[in-house]
Amino acid sequence: MTPSSRVKTLTIDGRPVSARSGETILKVARENNIFIPTLCHMDGLSPVGACRLCLVEIKGSSKLVPACITSIFEGMEVSTKSEQLDKYRKMILALLFSERNHVCSVCVSNGHCELQTLAQTLGLEHVHVPYLYPVMDVDASHERFVSDHSRCVLCTRCVRVCEEIEGAHTWDIMGRGAEAKIISDLNQPWGFSESCTSCGKCVHVCPTGALFEAGKSTAEMTKRQFLPYLSLMRGEKND
Amino acid sequence: MTPDEIRVSAKKYRAERTKKKHHVCVCMAAGCLSAGSDVVKTALEENIEKEGLGDSCEVRGVGCLGLCSAGPLVSLDKERVLYQNVKPHHAGDIIKSLGKEPVKEIQCDLDQPFFISQKKVVLENSGRIDPERIEDYLAVGGYSALIEVLTNWTSSEVVDEVTQSGLRGRGGGGYPTGLKWSTVAKADGTEKYVVCNADEGDPGAFMDRCILESDPHRVIEGMTIASFAVGAKLGYVYVRAEYPLAIDRLRKAIQQAKKFDLLGANILGMPFSFDIEIRLGAGAFVCGEETALIASIEGKRGNPRPRPPYPAERGVRNQPTLINNVETYANIAPIIRHGAEWYSGMGTESSKGTKVFALAGQIKNTGLIEVPMGISLSEIIYEIGGGIPGGKKCKAVQTGGPSGGCIPEEHLNISVDYESLKSLGSIMGSGGMIVIDETANMVDVAQYFMEFCRSESCGKCVPCRVGTVQMHKLLEKISAGDATVDDLTLLIDLCDLVRNTSLCGLGQTAPNPVLSTLRFFRDEYAALLKPSSATAAADE
Repeated sequence: MTPSSRVKTLTIDGRPVSARSGETILKVARENNIFIPTLCHMDGLSPVGACRLCLVEIKGSSKLVPACITSIFEGMEVSTKSEQLDKYRKMILALLFSERNHVCSVCVSNGHCELQTLAQTLGLEHVHVPYLYPVMDVDASHERFVSDHSRCVLCTRCVRVCEEIEGAHTWDIMGRGAEAKIISDLNQPWGFSESCTSCGKCVHVCPTGALFEAGKSTAEMTKRQFLPYLSLMRGEKND
Repeated sequence: MTPDEIRVSAKKYRAERTKKKHHVCVCMAAGCLSAGSDVVKTALEENIEKEGLGDSCEVRGVGCLGLCSAGPLVSLDKERVLYQNVKPHHAGDIIKSLGKEPVKEIQCDLDQPFFISQKKVVLENSGRIDPERIEDYLAVGGYSALIEVLTNWTSSEVVDEVTQSGLRGRGGGGYPTGLKWSTVAKADGTEKYVVCNADEGDPGAFMDRCILESDPHRVIEGMTIASFAVGAKLGYVYVRAEYPLAIDRLRKAIQQAKKFDLLGANILGMPFSFDIEIRLGAGAFVCGEETALIASIEGKRGNPRPRPPYPAERGVRNQPTLINNVETYANIAPIIRHGAEWYSGMGTESSKGTKVFALAGQIKNTGLIEVPMGISLSEIIYEIGGGIPGGKKCKAVQTGGPSGGCIPEEHLNISVDYESLKSLGSIMGSGGMIVIDETANMVDVAQYFMEFCRSESCGKCVPCRVGTVQMHKLLEKISAGDATVDDLTLLIDLCDLVRNTSLCGLGQTAPNPVLSTLRFFRDEYAALLKPSSATAAADE
C-alpha cells in the first residue's frame, strides 16, 4: 500500500467490502470471491475493456461499466448480477461464437478454453445468432507454434503480452471491424517474423486455441500460468 | 508585430479592400470548384483585362456562398447580386454589366428564404473574404478578439464568457463548452493540449470542411483563445486527409498567422506562446471519437479507450486535453467580440446561438446554411431548402449521420435544439441533414447506415464488431423479404445489446438509425416480413 492510497468501502452485490483507492471493481470483487466473467482481461497486462463481459451495474448510473478498468469509489454500490447483465453476457458470447469458427470438438484447446468455460459457466445453451463461417487462415510457418485465426476472439492478450512483457511487439492488429486480424510483424508469416523471440508467452495467454504449440492434437493444448510468477520475480505484490 | 501594429495594418487592409469600385467574388470552396469555378475565375480576370477595367474591378476568390447546388456561384458584393450556374462564357456579360443592370439569365434571387432566413455567425465571413489571405481576415475584424483577450482579459474571464454564452459542443454531443474549458483549465498537468476535431465523417456532412475552406483563420483564432483560457502551448488540428483543399488552406493560414506573430512563440510580443500542428486522419470514421482521435494523434492505431478518464483529465500524451469541434472554435471569436449576452440572445433556453447544417438529399437547395437554434425543421426544409424537387413529398429527415435518426414528416414542426431532437430518437449531430422523399424505403436507409457502421467499427469491442455485422445481415435479410418476425425480434435485441454494451460512441449509437426507423416506420419493416415458421404451421 502506497502512502497516498486510502481505504474505501463499497458494496458489491449488497456485500460490504473494503478496497484501496485506485483499485478496480474486478480486483476487489475477485478478492472477495465474487465472480465476474472476463475474457480480454489478464492480471499483469494493461486492461483494455474490450470484451465487455465484465460489465457491471453501478447504482446511480444508467451506463454499464467494465469492472476490469473502472476504479472504485467510496460508497459505490456495484451489482455484478442481474437479468439484463446475464442476457447481455450470453449474447456477447453468442456473438463471439458466431463470428469465427469455434468448433470445440476438434479444437486443440477443448477442455482448456476460456471461451468454452465461460459458455458453460454462464449457461449459454445455444447460439441464436447466425454463424458467419468466415474463411480464416492457419499459420503453421513457425517451428514451435501455430496460429489459427478461426479460433481468435481478438482479445489482444497476445499483442499486449508481447509488447508489455516480452518487449518484442511482434503482434499487432491489422484491419478494422470484422476484418480485424492479429498479424505478426508487417503481416508476414509468423515463422518469418524477425522480431519474434519464440518465447511463447502469447501462446500461453491466448484464452482459446488460436495460438498453440505445434504438434498438439485435439484437447491436448494446456496453458501455463506464468504472469503471476513474473510479477513475483519483479517484486510486485501479487494478489 | 505588436497589437497596435496589427490594428494599424488591419485598418490599411480594410481601406485597400474597399478601394475598387466592383468586387467580383467567385466561390472557391470545394463544391463550386468541382463545378469549374476556377475556370470561371480565370475567364473573369481575362475579361477585366480585355475591357481595361483593372483599376475599378477586382476578382476575388472567396469561401462558400452557401447554395452549393447552384454552383459555380459568383457574387458582386457591393451590388448585392448573386449569379448561379456561371459558366466561363458568362464572364464577358458579367463584366460588361458591372455598374449596370445585372445579367438576368443567371441571376439568383437573393430575397428568397434561403438567404434571408439564415443567421450567420460562424459563416459571417464565408463568401466575403479570400480564405487564403490573412489580410482579408484582418480587414473584417479578424484576430481582434484574440488581441482583446491577450491584452485585457484573464484566462478565467475567457472561460466565464464562454460559459455565460451557453455555447455547447457542435460536434454532436452538445456538452457545454464553458464547462469543458473550465475542467481543462483546472486540471493538473505539466503540459496541456488543445485539439480541434476536423475529422468530419458523417455521410452527407460538410460543415467543417466548408468552414476550414472558407475561413480558416477563424478556427485558428478560436483555438488560440482556447489555449489562453486553459493554459495550453500546443494545439493539433486533426483533419481528415480526404479534405485536401481544407488542409491546404489551413496550412497557409497557420503560416500567415505565424508571420504576423499571431501564432508561435511570444504571440504579439507577449509572454504567451501557442503553436498549431496539423495531423491528418487516414480515413477511419472512428477517429472522430475523441479517445481514438487522441490515439491517432499520438501515432497509434486509432482505437477508442474506455472513459473515464476523460481527455480533459488525460488526453494527448496523458495530459489534460481540450477537444472541440471546428464549428465550436469558430464560434469563439464572435462571442468574445460581441459578448456572451449577445450570443445567448440567440437560440432557445437550452441551446444557444446558431447551428450550421449541410443540407443534402432530396431537397431543392442543397448547400450550407446557418440558422438560429430553435428554428423548426419544416422551416429549414420547405422555406430555406425550397422543398422537395419533382413535386414529391418529404418522408423523413435524417440528422446526426450514423449516430442519429430519422424524423418523420409529421414531426417536422419540431424545434431544432439538442433536447427536442433527442426526444424524437435522433440527435443534433455535427450538422448533416439528409432529406428523404416518399420514394425511399426506410429499411434501405437503416441498412445503408448499418453498413457504414459495420465497416467503420474499429473491431476492438465485441458488441460493435460482431453486432453491427449481424444487424446488417438481418437488415439485408429483411430487405430481401426472407426474414420472419423472429429475425426482427433478434434485430431489436441486438440493437439493445450494442447500444448498452459497446465501448465507445460509435457502437453505442450505431443502432439509432434502426431504432428510429422502427419507431416511426415499423409498417415498412412489417410489410417485408414473411410469416414465421410457427405461424405458417398454424395456418396450415
